[in-house]
Amino acid sequence: MSILVIAEHDNEEIKASTNNVVTAATNLEGDIHVLVAGSNCSGAKDQAAKISGVARVLVADSPEYEHCLAENIADLIVAISADYSHILSPATTNGKNYMPRVSALLDVAQISDITAIESSDTFERPIYAGNCIATVQNSDSKKVITVRTTAFDAAQNDGSAEVVDLQESHNLGISEFIKEEIAESDRPELTSADVIISGGRGMQNGDNFKILESVADKLGAAIGASRAAVDSGFVPNDYQVGQTGKIVAPNLYIAVGISGAIQHLAGMKDSKVIVAINKDEDAPIFQVADYGLVADLFTAVPELDAKL
Amino acid sequence: MKILVPIKRVVDYNVKVRPKADESGVDLNNVKMAINPFCEIAVEEAVRLKEGGTATEIIAVTVGSSASQEQLRTALALGADRAILVETEIEVEPLAIAKLLKGVVEKESPDLVILGKQAIDGDNNQTSQMLAALTGYAQATFASELKIEGEKAVVTREVDGGLQTISVNLPCIVSTDLRLNEPRYASLPNIMKAKQKPLDVIEAGSLGVDIEPRNKTLKVSPPPVREAGIIVETVDDLVDKLKNEAKVIT
Repeated sequence: MSILVIAEHDNEEIKASTNNVVTAATNLEGDIHVLVAGSNCSGAKDQAAKISGVARVLVADSPEYEHCLAENIADLIVAISADYSHILSPATTNGKNYMPRVSALLDVAQISDITAIESSDTFERPIYAGNCIATVQNSDSKKVITVRTTAFDAAQNDGSAEVVDLQESHNLGISEFIKEEIAESDRPELTSADVIISGGRGMQNGDNFKILESVADKLGAAIGASRAAVDSGFVPNDYQVGQTGKIVAPNLYIAVGISGAIQHLAGMKDSKVIVAINKDEDAPIFQVADYGLVADLFTAVPELDAKL
Repeated sequence: MKILVPIKRVVDYNVKVRPKADESGVDLNNVKMAINPFCEIAVEEAVRLKEGGTATEIIAVTVGSSASQEQLRTALALGADRAILVETEIEVEPLAIAKLLKGVVEKESPDLVILGKQAIDGDNNQTSQMLAALTGYAQATFASELKIEGEKAVVTREVDGGLQTISVNLPCIVSTDLRLNEPRYASLPNIMKAKQKPLDVIEAGSLGVDIEPRNKTLKVSPPPVREAGIIVETVDDLVDKLKNEAKVIT
């Protein structure tokens, strides 16, 4: 039996999260196939074929897959699932959207957000906002899995897989894409950035995030936020780091004006080095920080900026 | 329009949960329980649709032990009209919950099902999508805005890159994200009134679906502990440590 990895892509390019999932798949036995389902997705297809460790790329290039609507993608995956022992996707908002639909259609459980593979049927996954790690053994004949991408290194891009075009059309016609507001940014993506600087309620308003931007520019960092900052409208939802937002694990995470609620820590405590800047010395963020600075962020951050 | 709102009883979000000493499970002795925060948002959205004249009836439903009646009463106090407990003592997985909810959907024929995107205990984020698959309905997950327009729901979704808006045919399944609304607090008179609202109990077995667990939890262990850090006195110290000790900046 082979292993099927569902690619995360924007039709033009493969997202790094796909490479993380391929690495996870190498812990299982069997050839690794990657499904690229999209529309005018030859760019993504070519990149997928270069991911090291991939034996075959399956391409479903058709308008109904353009926006990754769960109903159509799930039907496509189910239609080609017979030969696979494991079906894996990254735990991105796309993967979280279509994979449970796939598992219910196959009448199997899904194992969400795995962080380690012990054997072909046993996996580790965080529960309760990462306060507990469960080791779970699944008894279904087919394993449907989403992968926490920060737990696996990205596979290299020096392979050359064979490419197979699929003639699969699945359009349920019960859902329709209307529009997308995707932020354009020159900064790295949060989930794959080496350095992240995040702001919380202490930032007071959206304008003040400018002082983080200047530091981010110098460090080549992505900008994140706590739920409090997003709920208050300082920054858009896609900045949110936490239990139910983005899970990140950069080399350096700088938390500015973030108190450190359990739910935020769940999204960033696997970062290699954590810096906290907060004027409240009792803030829980200091309990996970490698370096804490008790200071007013509005003087400390500009000073940091000047000294970098 | 009839709205079904499945909810879940979970450990309160302020509680820091720990594994049992023998790693056989999660230590839930004497911890405070509450309605899952995302489910509260789902109830609130249904109540707003009713207040706005779109919905006529709201049914809260949960799958669990009889203790879950407490959370159904909370939903009733927030504005649900009646409640259903699908009672089972088994610790049910999302697939089993979705199968049981499908049974309730078949009995009640709601036009819209709204539920939380994720329960903060298992962090699975599966039930709404699975219910959509089993019913054959469209799904609109991670909603930050919901509008009913004729026979369709127009939903703005929180996705990794920003926001995506889709239109789905009714009946459909919607799962809530954090920014959909800010739930109200139940007033004392409404808490009193909720005690008089109907709450039916159905035996899970009566719905005739397979709810046996597929996953076996072999152990539950604590996460790796971070070594204690240090407090630096000045920004200069911080920059020095990052450059020369941690070596994460140059």
